[in-house]
Amino acid sequence: MKELNRREFIKNTTVATASVATVASGISLTTFAADPKESDPVTNEKRWGMLIDANKLSEVDIDDMVNACQEEQGWGGEVHSTGDQKSGWIKKVKVRDTATQRVSNLALMCQHCEEPPCVDVCPTNASMKREDGIVLVDKHRCIGCRYCMMACPYDARSFVHEDLTDQKEHMPRGKGTVESCTMCVHKVDKGEQPACAQAVSSDAVIFGDLLDPTSNIHQTLKNVQSTQIRADLNLNTGVRYSGI
Amino acid sequence: MSIIRYEQTQGKSLGFYALIAGLGAFVLAALGSVYFMEHNGHYVTGMSNRIVWGLPHVFALFLIVAASGALNIASIASVFNKKIYKPLSRLSGLVALALLAGGLMVLVLDLGRPDRLIIAMTEYNFESIFAWNIILYNGFFLIVGIYLWMMFERRMNKYSRKVGIAAFTWRLILTTGTGSIFGFLVARQAYDAVIMAPMFVVMSFAFGLAFFVLVLMASYKWTERALGDAIVNRLSNLLGVFVASVLYFVAVYHLGNLYLAENSGVENFILMDGGIYTQLFWYGQIILGGLLPLALLYSPATKGNRSMLGLASVLVILGGIAQLYVIIIGGQAYPMELFPGKEILVGYGGIAAYTPTLPELMLGLGGMAVALIVITYLIKFLPFLPESLADDVADPHHKS
Repeated sequence: MKELNRREFIKNTTVATASVATVASGISLTTFAADPKESDPVTNEKRWGMLIDANKLSEVDIDDMVNACQEEQGWGGEVHSTGDQKSGWIKKVKVRDTATQRVSNLALMCQHCEEPPCVDVCPTNASMKREDGIVLVDKHRCIGCRYCMMACPYDARSFVHEDLTDQKEHMPRGKGTVESCTMCVHKVDKGEQPACAQAVSSDAVIFGDLLDPTSNIHQTLKNVQSTQIRADLNLNTGVRYSGI
Repeated sequence: MSIIRYEQTQGKSLGFYALIAGLGAFVLAALGSVYFMEHNGHYVTGMSNRIVWGLPHVFALFLIVAASGALNIASIASVFNKKIYKPLSRLSGLVALALLAGGLMVLVLDLGRPDRLIIAMTEYNFESIFAWNIILYNGFFLIVGIYLWMMFERRMNKYSRKVGIAAFTWRLILTTGTGSIFGFLVARQAYDAVIMAPMFVVMSFAFGLAFFVLVLMASYKWTERALGDAIVNRLSNLLGVFVASVLYFVAVYHLGNLYLAENSGVENFILMDGGIYTQLFWYGQIILGGLLPLALLYSPATKGNRSMLGLASVLVILGGIAQLYVIIIGGQAYPMELFPGKEILVGYGGIAAYTPTLPELMLGLGGMAVALIVITYLIKFLPFLPESLADDVADPHHKS
């Protein structure tokens, strides 16, 4: 038997270790892939979206959505902020057609644009869009300049005007930074639905992967007429509406 | 032309210390206001999620816009080779830097997290006009600093024209960038207009010159140095041209907006029934800040009168602040068109309310005070001012 010298021994064991590590990491990735885990990389193979049907959505449904969002994310309990200073991640909006007088009710939140103006204008990259289309604010990078709020066509963002207590563990918020709907990213990454969609029992709110041909949202959008708010801005929103 | 001799101001008089103390009080009040606002959070201000930029931004942008305009005097001398402005070049650079410092102080201290300024300096999103502005502001300090060095150091004088051209180009880009902060906001009816950028450039000419004229006249009067009519009358004429140009741009901006049916709502709001914003527009911006200064500068009864030139400059500054108030706050107060063809009954809309608070005002005034302190101190330590600007010194063609 050939005698190993020290250099060869080190070389061989290094190669062996590296190969095992490579193979093993591949195995673990494929094992986890079946079941969505928060550690999975986010890719653009999915695009999360929501379809809100104003014909089916009752005013009570909208209140439930707002309450569920507050409960889940912990906003709305600000003590000192008044009027427009209060956070509003999701709002109940009632509109009337000026010609036909038809009234529609809808829930308005961050529309998770494909081309988000807030991300374009953010000087520090704190406003960002995930590969799967969810638009978020990195609270550690936000300097509180509020330019994103100037740029957002949907009035979807709020600035935290005061100190906060009793925050949700999964949703740190901070005085002096900007926040908005996260599409409950912490739930979505675990394979769950956003809180507002869960709060509505009918199919007035459908959440899912816009790109997946088998998903309910994809198929419904194929069949019913839907619209994007301010579609003229060409932002290609992830949140769509029908019945308005 | 005789040789221009520059000399520091003495800065030992009671008046000097009184000026510094007065301005210092404003700066302290500003710092106290910042502590109050940052400690409590922005709920203590009039700002909200609808009016996200309030009075501090009005002052900050005014000072930043005026800063680039104040450099014009130096540019006219070195870029366009007008010799009569040359003795004023050093002061022009100084006023520009001081105004920018004051404006940036206000801007930064109104951030939600001013402690994170380091992030803004190290983390850039190059698609953001704001990020570009941060680079442009920092570059302005550097380039005007070098420009001043070229002017001060005799060996370097020969480069001052080249650096002057660079500084002039830079300042044009800078103000274009500042105007574009608003020009590119597609969602807001009041802003989405490319003309905002050149309009801001012309505004900078007027505001910066008005500030410069006041600084020049005050420093010469208070240090008892000669300041001849040749220079003053030229500056006066120039101010008139700039003020008229601003009025022209404002007219084109509003006429252009009126032509588009989608913008008739916001135009109606600003020009006709916007309450405080309509009043500030007509009485503040147009009459006080535009027509009255023009009358003072050109009417035979007041032309050539220095007190009237001073008054006109003050009015241009007040009118400029009114103009930025109307643009920044009026533009936000008018709601965005979320659902064209529909009326929003609940949830959004209406004119957003905004009442500025005292701390916001003090922060804004503090920025102005910082600019003035910087100027007052630096002319004491470095020879920025010619010891005389009497007509026979300043004007090569002067005939006595």
